[in-house]
Amino acid sequence: MSLRIVVTVKYVPDATGDRHFADDLTVDRDDVDGLLSELDEYAVEQALQIAENSDDDVEVTVLTVGPEDAKDALRKALSMGADKAIHVEDDDLHGTDAIGTSLVLAKAVEKAGYDLVVSGMASTDGTMGVVPALLAERLGVPQVTLLSEVNVEDGKVTGRRDGDAASEQLEASLPAVVSVTDQSGEARYPSFKGIMAAKKKPVESWDLSDLDIDADEVGLENAYTTVESASERPARTAGTIVKDEGEGGKQLAEFLASQKFI
Amino acid sequence: MAEVLVYVDHVDGAVRKPTLELLTLARRIGEPVAVALGSGAGDTAATLAEHGAVKVLTHEAAEYADYLVVPKVDALQAAHEAVSPAAVLVPSSAEGKEIAARLALRLGSGVITDAVDLEAGDEGPVATQSVFAASYTTKSRVSKGTPVITVKPNSAAVEAAPAAGAVESLSVTFSEQATGTKVTGRTPRESTGRPELTEAAIVVSGGRGVNGAENFAIIEALADSLGAAVGASRAAVDAGWYPHTNQVGQTGKSVSPQLYIANGISGAIQHRAGMQTSKTIVAVNKDAEAPIFELVDFGVVGDLFDVVPQLTEEVKARKG
Ligand SMILES: Cc1cc2nc3c(=O)[nH]c(=O)nc-3n(C[C@H](O)[C@H](O)[C@H](O)COP(=O)(O)OP(=O)(O)OC[C@H]3O[C@@H](n4cnc5c(N)ncnc54)[C@H](O)[C@@H]3O)c2cc1C
Ligand SMILES: Cc1cc2nc3c(=O)[nH]c(=O)nc-3n(C[C@H](O)[C@H](O)[C@H](O)COP(=O)(O)OP(=O)(O)OC[C@H]3O[C@@H](n4cnc5c(N)ncnc54)[C@H](O)[C@@H]3O)c2cc1C
Repeated sequence: MSLRIVVTVKYVPDATGDRHFADDLTVDRDDVDGLLSELDEYAVEQALQIAENSDDDVEVTVLTVGPEDAKDALRKALSMGADKAIHVEDDDLHGTDAIGTSLVLAKAVEKAGYDLVVSGMASTDGTMGVVPALLAERLGVPQVTLLSEVNVEDGKVTGRRDGDAASEQLEASLPAVVSVTDQSGEARYPSFKGIMAAKKKPVESWDLSDLDIDADEVGLENAYTTVESASERPARTAGTIVKDEGEGGKQLAEFLASQKFI
Repeated sequence: MAEVLVYVDHVDGAVRKPTLELLTLARRIGEPVAVALGSGAGDTAATLAEHGAVKVLTHEAAEYADYLVVPKVDALQAAHEAVSPAAVLVPSSAEGKEIAARLALRLGSGVITDAVDLEAGDEGPVATQSVFAASYTTKSRVSKGTPVITVKPNSAAVEAAPAAGAVESLSVTFSEQATGTKVTGRTPRESTGRPELTEAAIVVSGGRGVNGAENFAIIEALADSLGAAVGASRAAVDAGWYPHTNQVGQTGKSVSPQLYIANGISGAIQHRAGMQTSKTIVAVNKDAEAPIFELVDFGVVGDLFDVVPQLTEEVKARKG
């Protein structure tokens, strides 16, 4: 038996950098360092663990849709231990929204061949948390998302989803789309050996024509959503800061009372 | 006037507050038609009518509890066919966003998530989003199909606006995908008796500075004196001091209360992402250089073990 896992990873601007928008209201990627979305490291980790715990012949492919530099995200995932990588890159993809991105990912996953897709819980830039659900809808396979615990055995995926009102135990047959949370287990650091090995691992590059997608199905012009404006939030006006010299709690209470909270 | 579908988040018929906020926003765009699904759906009608629902479409079936997400998408799609609404609004929970996205895809529509405000516009509803850890505010709209928009809790006031709230049963045929992911077990979250974190008017949070699970009693005591919900930073959650359901931030809950009190929390960008839109922010931290102080309306540089109990006593005294 073999098990083909495709892990979707996004290349994002560093959240601790000064993120901003370009003139066309898309994310400015030029002035901020990019990296593999930290939340997708958890997806890579779970895929590798599934591979390690399986008696099957497992192949882990990492897939990204993004600009040239997105290769860095793939390299990082390969150095963690993934087997190979696919980079979908095309100038016409600039400004694609969630619906369009899910189309590209779905076509790429199908072309790659898969039994299991593993995604992160959300990207750290768009933070929508919808792409895995969209992928499942497009692929017509079960959506087993936001898992804090995941197991794959006998052609089935099971896991725990901690929701608002309850913690749920889920089960579905493969093929399926899974997403994992940052509660699923710390991601490993790439070892020196892993980093060296990654340099020799294959990275395929596909463009839209490889996926039979027309340019008018994706990109900023054809997006299903339009950003009309983006403005920097005014800095919060400087507040009052006091040093506690025995009365700090009382001074704070005084402030809360002045604001009618008590 | 055009109708606007509002997806109802309820627990056995008890409507959760974010849904009532959606009704306020829906009335800016058109006439709210609520869709309530699953066990207790019929019991939601009176509350929904009080807050502006002209119609309540209900459907009860075991599938909504027994399978993940897709049955609800099927139902909303059926409601969309029945009503041809001007927009579909869904509360921005993790599940709400997934439902909204799949629905949008089926309708050939765009989806906008985590709106914090919504207004009518010439080309359809305009959503305000707070992005990049609340450092930017964007305005966007859906440019194809029926707009599907999810809205964060505390984005609008709950308003009384009595309407007919006529109950109609919705007819739903489940898709083949509906039974794909089975819910084989469910452990309801234990109730703490405190307000829901995302819905609370006041949130009192503790971070690494709280230094131990047992010390969270200090945070809880302050919260209880104010009738507040309790939050925690990821550092406190990862240390096992407080449950993950109470985590505030990028990978926890996003809160937007009237008042946020951060105790022993440094104010990392990922924490700010979940609380920066709070109306008033207050912090207690022994490090005067902690980034959280850049956000505060009032800050105390001091040891939380001195300041917080004193504050709690003072609050109790003032409340009598
Ligand atoms: C601030 C901001 C707000 C936005 N708001 C909207 C909006 O309201 N509506 C809209 O349609 N678009 C929006 N977009 C665009 C949207 O973020 C992108 O189209 C994105 O590709 C998909 O959404 P996400 O990043 O939020 O992914 P999420 O749904 O949060 O991602 C979940 C998982 O999907 C996978 N994934 C996501 N993108 C990729 C990728 N490019 N390559 C590989 N795997 C991926 C990863 O595994 C990731 O962990 C917004 C973008 C930004 C920066
Ligand atoms: C992808 C990703 C997602 C993340 N998601 C989240 C998230 O959802 N939520 C979140 O919170 N974090 C999140 N983080 C982690 C975040 O980066 C920080 O590590 C975390 O917020 C730190 O928590 P803290 O402020 O409690 O701890 P610290 O940064 O260690 O700060 C503790 C503070 O307590 C003060 N202190 C100590 N003792 C006392 C005392 N006796 N009295 C008063 N003050 C005292 C210290 O001066 C210090 O400022 C995420 C990180 C990543 C990479």
